[in-house]
Amino acid sequence: MIETRGLRKSFTSRQGRDKKTVEAVRGVDLDVAEGEIFGFLGPNGAGKTTTLRMLATLIEPDDGTATIAGADLRADPGEVRRRIGYVAQGGSTWDDSTAREELVLEARLYGVSKAEAQRQAVRVLEGFQLSEYADRKCKTYSGGQRRRVDIALGIIHEPKVVFLDEPTTGLDPQSRAHMWDEIRRLRAEGMTVFITTHYLDEADALCDRISIMDNGEIVASGTPADLKREISGDVVRVGLPVDAVTAAAEALKNYKLETYEDNVRLYVEDGAVSIPQILRALDAADVPLGTIELHRPSLDDVFLTKTGRSLRES
Amino acid sequence: MKLLRDTSLIFNRQMQFLLRNPVWILVGVFQPVMYLLLFAPLLKPALQVRTDAEAYEIFVPGLLVLLAIFGGLFQGFGLIAELRAGVIERSRVTPISRLALLLGRSLRDVVSLIAQAVIITLLALAFDLRVFLGNLLLAYLMLALISLMTSAVSYGVALAVKSEDALAPLMNTVAQPVLLLSGILLPLTYAPGWLQGVADWNPFSWAVNGTRALFRGDLGAPAVWQGLVIMAVLAVLAVAWAGRGFAKSVR
Ligand SMILES: Nc1ncnc2c1ncn2[C@@H]1O[C@H](COP(=O)(O)OP(=O)(O)OP(=O)(O)O)[C@@H](O)[C@H]1O
Ligand SMILES: [Mg+2]
Repeated sequence: MIETRGLRKSFTSRQGRDKKTVEAVRGVDLDVAEGEIFGFLGPNGAGKTTTLRMLATLIEPDDGTATIAGADLRADPGEVRRRIGYVAQGGSTWDDSTAREELVLEARLYGVSKAEAQRQAVRVLEGFQLSEYADRKCKTYSGGQRRRVDIALGIIHEPKVVFLDEPTTGLDPQSRAHMWDEIRRLRAEGMTVFITTHYLDEADALCDRISIMDNGEIVASGTPADLKREISGDVVRVGLPVDAVTAAAEALKNYKLETYEDNVRLYVEDGAVSIPQILRALDAADVPLGTIELHRPSLDDVFLTKTGRSLRES
Repeated sequence: MKLLRDTSLIFNRQMQFLLRNPVWILVGVFQPVMYLLLFAPLLKPALQVRTDAEAYEIFVPGLLVLLAIFGGLFQGFGLIAELRAGVIERSRVTPISRLALLLGRSLRDVVSLIAQAVIITLLALAFDLRVFLGNLLLAYLMLALISLMTSAVSYGVALAVKSEDALAPLMNTVAQPVLLLSGILLPLTYAPGWLQGVADWNPFSWAVNGTRALFRGDLGAPAVWQGLVIMAVLAVLAVAWAGRGFAKSVR
């Protein structure tokens, strides 16, 4: 449904006298299948939005090719526009108009009659449980309601592919769960959904497949389960008093490990075997132990092994 | 056809917002009326004319051109607010004609300017201004072309600079010399030769001369068609340039 090869984009910006070039996206290859929820996971500045904006015809790639829903991005951007929906990271509603007005206009921009546009607006308003507020001005909506209007605007013309740039950022846990359901519903209706996120749990729970992006490049792709399986072994998380973290890291320096504010994490072949050894090493060094947990690697661990940094920290 | 349809969609939306908030018409008329009441009476001696009517024949067209120029040049601010809200980006991912994004907005500006001009003309009639309807309509055409051009320029610049802080000084820098060197408030008849020479290079001084001729009832004056042609050409250029701004990347 989406296929890209070698997509690139750099920006040149002026800072006083010197020009600075940022290579925002450096050669991205993607293959997104029809009907899946595909996730783009990466820290701030990774290049997620830039990639999406290229695919949505908003900016021209410096290099590379892409086919979206059967239309060539370079040769026929107009056809791409007819087949996709795009919801920007920052939203796109106008304070002084109502959700219904925005939706009717949006539908009409795709060429349907006024009556048909009104029918479509009613349909998506119901679908996103917005009917109650449909005739109130957008500036009176809560963050979650407003985000639902954004997404309703992106899909009112029933595109084959919809791009959602950070659909759940800034929402409370309940609204996020609600939004996940909405996104799954889009998939059930046959849409291919491409989302970006920097939430690990979102990538894990919601996406059928993900690509992890860092610094303009894709560092790993696959289903969340496959990616986690790639990291052989277990993670042992040792909870500690804050002032004991350095001592613990010193005592355990023979292990592959990461330190955090109040814990250290060790990457080991077999957790069941390693835990007694770890306990003994800490004991020998007189490090006061808080808790100890054993778990399978998370997507953060995947990110960590690929980039050397933790997504939580970047 | 598609351009027409898309333009009317954007135009209707913009008009809806405009009519929802009719304060603009009070604000837009209040200031010119002050000029009519307080400034025009000073003109009779300065212009060395005999009657109020003659003074208004010179002053009212100038005032209208002034409103068309300034009204247009400051429309870019509204666009920057729309850019910031993401409305423009949202439009740009739909198949809408890029030119329609500009024309729909600029036509709204033209309509609001003409509404303002009609109110001011009606008031001036109360001060004994007399003008033929046909000539008046041609003068309105001139005003429409001016405001189409200036609002397109303002939108084009707004898309390029993307910030109010940059737009305001830029537009002021353009507007001030244009204003002073066009004889808009006072005709340049008594200006020194060099100043008249400079004004000849100012397209708006041609527009003002044409509009004054129309208010005078001098339909045959060359200034009329010269002014109209110059404004039409510039309006087309401005629209083409700003339309490209909507097609290019904006954020
Ligand atoms: N218009 C622009 N001009 C200059 N630099 C830009 C522009 N757009 C993006 N960048 C730069 O490109 C890089 C990637 O930005 P992008 O917005 O794609 O990141 P992102 O992955 O979406 O991050 P976030 O999670 O914060 O939204 C950043 O360094 C950013 O500063
Ligand atoms: Mg982003």
